[in-house]
Amino acid sequence: MPREDFIAVDKFSFFYGEKQALHDIDMAIPQQEVTALIGPSGCGKSTLLRNMNRMNDLIEGVRHRGDIRLNGKSLYDPRIEVISLRKRVGMVFQKYNPFAKTVYENVIFSLRVAGRNKKKELDEVVERSLRSAALWDEVKDRLHDSAFGLSGGQQQRLCIARAIANQPEILLMDEPCAALDPTATLKIESLIRDLKSQFTIVIVTHNMEQASRCSDRTAFLYMGRLVEYGPTKQLFENPSEEDTEAYISGRFS
Amino acid sequence: MAKPPKAFATTGRSRKGEPLVWLTALGLTLGVLMTLWLLGLVVYKGCQTFWPDRLQVFEVKTDSGTEKVAGYEVLDRDRRDGDGNLHHEVQLFRGNVELYGEKFVFLDSSSIVSREQADDLLLVERLAGGNVIGRAKAIELADGSRMGPEDPSFEDELEALIEVNEDRRDELRDVEKFQIGKNSKRIKELELKKRLIADGKVGGSIPEIDAELEKLQAEYEELFAEKVKIEELMKARHLYIEAVDGREIVISGESLLHVLRPNEVGFFGRLGEMLRRIWNFLTMDPREANTEGGVYPAIFGTVIMTIVMSLFVTPFGVIAAIYLREYAKQGPFVRAVRISVNNLAGVPSIVFGVFGLAFFIYFVGGVVDGVFFPNAEEPVYKSGGILWASLTLALLTVPVVIVATEEALAAVPRGVREAALACGASKWQAIQRVVLPASLPGILTGVILAMARGAGEVAPLMLVGVVKSAPDLPIDVTAPFIHPERQFMHLGFHIYDLGFQSPDSEAAKPMVFATTLLLITIVVVMNLAAIIIRNRLRKKYATSSF
Ligand SMILES: Nc1ncnc2c1ncn2[C@@H]1O[C@H](COP(=O)(O)OP(=O)(O)OP(=O)(O)O)[C@@H](O)[C@H]1O
Ligand SMILES: [Mg+2]
Repeated sequence: MPREDFIAVDKFSFFYGEKQALHDIDMAIPQQEVTALIGPSGCGKSTLLRNMNRMNDLIEGVRHRGDIRLNGKSLYDPRIEVISLRKRVGMVFQKYNPFAKTVYENVIFSLRVAGRNKKKELDEVVERSLRSAALWDEVKDRLHDSAFGLSGGQQQRLCIARAIANQPEILLMDEPCAALDPTATLKIESLIRDLKSQFTIVIVTHNMEQASRCSDRTAFLYMGRLVEYGPTKQLFENPSEEDTEAYISGRFS
Repeated sequence: MAKPPKAFATTGRSRKGEPLVWLTALGLTLGVLMTLWLLGLVVYKGCQTFWPDRLQVFEVKTDSGTEKVAGYEVLDRDRRDGDGNLHHEVQLFRGNVELYGEKFVFLDSSSIVSREQADDLLLVERLAGGNVIGRAKAIELADGSRMGPEDPSFEDELEALIEVNEDRRDELRDVEKFQIGKNSKRIKELELKKRLIADGKVGGSIPEIDAELEKLQAEYEELFAEKVKIEELMKARHLYIEAVDGREIVISGESLLHVLRPNEVGFFGRLGEMLRRIWNFLTMDPREANTEGGVYPAIFGTVIMTIVMSLFVTPFGVIAAIYLREYAKQGPFVRAVRISVNNLAGVPSIVFGVFGLAFFIYFVGGVVDGVFFPNAEEPVYKSGGILWASLTLALLTVPVVIVATEEALAAVPRGVREAALACGASKWQAIQRVVLPASLPGILTGVILAMARGAGEVAPLMLVGVVKSAPDLPIDVTAPFIHPERQFMHLGFHIYDLGFQSPDSEAAKPMVFATTLLLITIVVVMNLAAIIIRNRLRKKYATSSF
């Protein structure tokens, strides 16, 4: 039974030094669904997303208020190990960033760092992950070549394969198609719909159509606040807030 | 009515770029020209050293008539004497030290009556005493009789003599260096043991040792007899040369190395001779206070020292840089450390030599000796050696590696680190598996710079283990094969020693150029090797940032 509040953001505020980037966000992200975060540039989408695997810990002088819970457990519990958290939450970045390694080693990176080195297991993971990322047929003959030899779209799908290799529960995607052409974008969108059965996906996008095409729920953020959050269809066809309507219809300045 | 198109604004000054551009181009050109000039000089002079010159016979006026002297011209110059008169003079290499005392002589042009190329002149290379120039007079055969050059088998006999002596020299080296060396080392050990037993420091029986000592002594005498026998054999035969002024020079077979007729051989003969000389230069031990022979031990010392230095400096510098860049909390303290590291590169290298002497040799070496060699008669590690020299140079070059590594680490894109962390890597795993490989080409650039700097450094080495003549290499075939405590020779120091410390600096001049050329070549070769490795890695770990 998928959980309705798999990721529970609870009155969450976030500060970069003195600057407050998120204001009391409250939202519940259901399991095995695709949730899209939309909003104008600088509204805090990435900040919210990057807090879901505590990537923002790397930045100096940040602090937060409130809590984010994953399957009922607080991410900010001091007893929690960030590394084990990140193993459960995969992430794909806006700019594809494969490692300077072979395709094969890129995919299994998360297993390697977890100390899993059995050849047979690794081979299986590589094939499974690349198939899930719809990349297997294109690269199966060049698994041991440098990842930089792939095209941009292929590299981004490789990053997706890398993110799902260790079977996380959640997949965070920060504008995964921003650097890609329409064909590659469509491929990744259909991929997102396929992956939904296995993962809970949170995706940041600037592309309204993309949000409406591949997400089940959409959250509209504006100036660090959650303006509206609901089923995608409803939000796009019948937004309850004026700001939302203005933004999705492109009348936003 | 249409307006006429407006003309572009002009500055009124030069429209072909600014004058400063021209200035920067001039600066670059000057720099390149000076470098090329220096390199050209070194290459030209270095190669000239090996090219066999034609020999000439000069007839020179003296107080009582004329005198003949043979040799090749090295220099041609104008000189103003004390009274302000201009003289033109040539410098001649005439060899034959036992006749003239000096290998080189200046001849005033006005005193030269005639000069001619005589075909039958020989240039004889000797182990001791330098070259001999003259005509072949006779060769002593095995039975003691003499054979003159008119005999058709003279050439063959001469060649056979040289060859057989070459073999005997090898034999002699084996007996002297390895067998006798091993023997005397064992004797020394046993004598030390005997002394220790007598002092009651270790157990053992003295008579047993005495018996073995006796056996070793007998063996030594045998070896010595063999050595003397070989030497006698070599000394038994002679080559007689007649100098152009008629005097005779006797060259013992022991000393005879090579005979050349520089005026008879053609271009390819001379080329072959040049290659032979280069080969000897690269592979032979130095002779005659380093002014002749080769520089093999110095090449060996330079290369080994540079490699050992890189082995020390690379991990040390990289680890330091990783901490500085990745772990240390950035703030005034780290900034101060960074500035200090950068300034360390500006400390005069001799200061590092003094530090190496005080810290590595006297302190660390003293401790090592005290712990591991309490009974040694002479200091083992508490004296200059290749290990201490390498460490000192590693210290000297570590700032280069640190700075390069820090820059390379900083150039790794942030996204790559984040991706690694997002995959569940710890910070160290991310550095080790992703950041370091990506910055490896940059790190190697630093190592290359450090190697170039280290290989060319001389001043600090003089304090920590370089010597003008080291008979034993730091790596050889006697156990334990690697001798990090041994003193060594170094090409840079060799240049200094030849050029400025040699008793006969005139004779050493060609060697200085040849050695300089060689040192430059070695540094270039080592750098090229490192660059090739780096480019391989760069292809493998290609990132956009380099
Ligand atoms: N490292 C940082 N230090 C300080 N302020 C930051 C930092 N990162 C983001 N911010 C600020 O936080 C706010 C939210 O940024 P965030 O990156 O989350 O925006 P976003 O919605 O992802 O925008 P975009 O669509 O352009 O990516 C912005 O005002 C930004 O300036
Ligand atoms: Mg963003």
